[in-house]
Amino acid sequence: MPKPFYKKLFEKIIEGILALSGSITSLAVLLIVIFLFKEGLGLFNRSPISEGYVLAVNKSNPISKIDANLVKQIFDQEITNWEKVGGKKDSIILFHLDDINSIYTEAQIGENLENLPTCISNVVDSIGGIVAFVPKSYIKSDFKGKVIEPVNITPKEFLLGKEWYPTAEPSAQMGILPILLGTLWVSLGAILLSLPLGLAVAIYMAEIANARVRNIFKPIIELLAGIPSVIYGFFGLVVIVPLIQTVFNLPVGETALAGSIILAIMALPTIITIAEDSLRTTPRSMKEASLALGASRWQTIYRIVIPYSISGITAAAILGIGRAIGETMAVLMVTGNAAVMPHSFLEPVRTIPATIAAELGESPKDGLHYQALFILGSILFIMTLIINLTVEYISSRNKLGKR
Amino acid sequence: MISEKRTKIEKSKKRSEQIAFGIFRAMSILVVGILFFILGFIVVKGISVISWDFITKMPEDGMTKGGIYPAIIGTFCLIGGSILFSFPIGVMSGIYINEYATNGKLVRFIRLMTNNLAGIPSIVFGLFGMSLFVNTLGFGDSIIAGSLTLGLMTLPVVIRTTEEALKSVDNSFRHGSYALGASKLQTIRRVTLPIAYPNIITGLILSIGRVSGETAPILFTVAAYFLPKLPHSIFDQVMALPYHLYVLATSGTNIEESRPMAYGTALVLIMIVLILNLLANALRRYFSKKVKMN
Repeated sequence: MPKPFYKKLFEKIIEGILALSGSITSLAVLLIVIFLFKEGLGLFNRSPISEGYVLAVNKSNPISKIDANLVKQIFDQEITNWEKVGGKKDSIILFHLDDINSIYTEAQIGENLENLPTCISNVVDSIGGIVAFVPKSYIKSDFKGKVIEPVNITPKEFLLGKEWYPTAEPSAQMGILPILLGTLWVSLGAILLSLPLGLAVAIYMAEIANARVRNIFKPIIELLAGIPSVIYGFFGLVVIVPLIQTVFNLPVGETALAGSIILAIMALPTIITIAEDSLRTTPRSMKEASLALGASRWQTIYRIVIPYSISGITAAAILGIGRAIGETMAVLMVTGNAAVMPHSFLEPVRTIPATIAAELGESPKDGLHYQALFILGSILFIMTLIINLTVEYISSRNKLGKR
Repeated sequence: MISEKRTKIEKSKKRSEQIAFGIFRAMSILVVGILFFILGFIVVKGISVISWDFITKMPEDGMTKGGIYPAIIGTFCLIGGSILFSFPIGVMSGIYINEYATNGKLVRFIRLMTNNLAGIPSIVFGLFGMSLFVNTLGFGDSIIAGSLTLGLMTLPVVIRTTEEALKSVDNSFRHGSYALGASKLQTIRRVTLPIAYPNIITGLILSIGRVSGETAPILFTVAAYFLPKLPHSIFDQVMALPYHLYVLATSGTNIEESRPMAYGTALVLIMIVLILNLLANALRRYFSKKVKMN
């Protein structure tokens, strides 16, 4: 009996819907890429000078372009002569809008500030070494000074800059090197702590413990994975941070070490599960052959089982790093979040996820800072993508090799 | 002579094994100890704070007194919302991958993407949710934006468990059904899914556990710092337990005085996660026994 047409159609429609759901994860990854870059990429076509402001100099000044870092050094008075910036030998005189009151009286500026543009223009015209940081709206067409173009933020400066002051005036400092290093620093510290521990537990569970002990351990490790990161962070904050502060006699306990310890605990379940699975793939015949030759169980483990499953253990370590790099709340709560170049494990550091979590709420939409945070998110995304693909590659090669 | 040497080697072999195994055992006990210490610490510090009022009252006095009622309700709203999104789509996706997709390359690609999605850090989901749901689609900070973000994040868990559950169904069931003249869809609906259901439900429970504890994805999509009222629609902001704990621990108006509240909140959160985990485990054990008996 042939099936009625509508029934066939119905099955086809259902299959189509299922296929659509099947593609949802690919779609999601694609959308995430698109949206992260869409929000962030505008950063590299923008000037780092605070929105709505300009830098103006005297007409005789040969400088026409200046980069963000120099602007900061000038306004911090670390550079005091134009010669160092590539101009004439003339000392730099800083001028902010507030300074106008010490030059002109209120009457001269006018009740509704109507003469302000002319006043600014005159000041910039009369002082040779001046650099003025004033709102754009006060620069009229008859302005007698010269507005200098700040160099747009470049990817190179962004990646290698050592200063992260995204809301600094007059020029934001968008160097993420301290944040990148902080992330790697904390994650590597975590993996150094958790890999030996995780591996030991994995070996114990796969090779040494009997079935009853294993049945107790498995759910406990699952539970360890299930505890929310904010709980780990809270625990770190009230237990580990004060402990580190007293043990090492530090002014603050919020350090890279605290972050590494918490992350190490959090990465344990990932490492244990994956390493144990890979240890278990060792063929029984190989182990038995080793034992038959007179090797002890321990000799068999470190001469046969571990070398055989080394790629799985590598995958476990890499995935553990991946977990640590992306972890947000726990790190945010215990590392102190100072965006400085890390020098030791006993100093506060800041990671990429913590930076995003701490700062996105305060950055106005589509502003410089907002875009910089989305670029940071994109970098984090790319890092974890590389990690996932590496693990994927290792495990697929493994399957092929062992077949 | 030789036998003496041999016993010596045997002895040192034995000793190194004992030492190594002793270390492994000690480290394993340490890991279990860490877990119990964390749990014990939170329970001991938090148990005195927990009361009926704590669970059913609004926060008061700059969050140093009162309860955490709105945060509990908010978390349940987010759990419900995200499950409504991720469960149907995730299960359908799992069915497609395991039952329909025949092209090996396509399946591998979908699995790769699912794994990638699972590996993306939660804060990146937060950024994405903010960009797409809050800004582009104009939902604002709302339950729906937060639920969709969380749902997307738990999707890989649901897909994977569905896939595993379906894979564990013996092919003879399917062949039997086909032999009786059932179509593919009928087989899935009447035979495969009912057998796989228990395992799928276990995955669902585990993903609920994950949703209830996630903070980073809701920071910019739904979570309110302080909002002592209940939501009226899916476009309202809510408080949520994990974010509330973060606020109490780090940025409340009076951190020292709100510490007890923080311990209490942590305990409630951990209880939810613990119960869900135990439930999933118990279900798994119960169903695996039942299958064996059949």
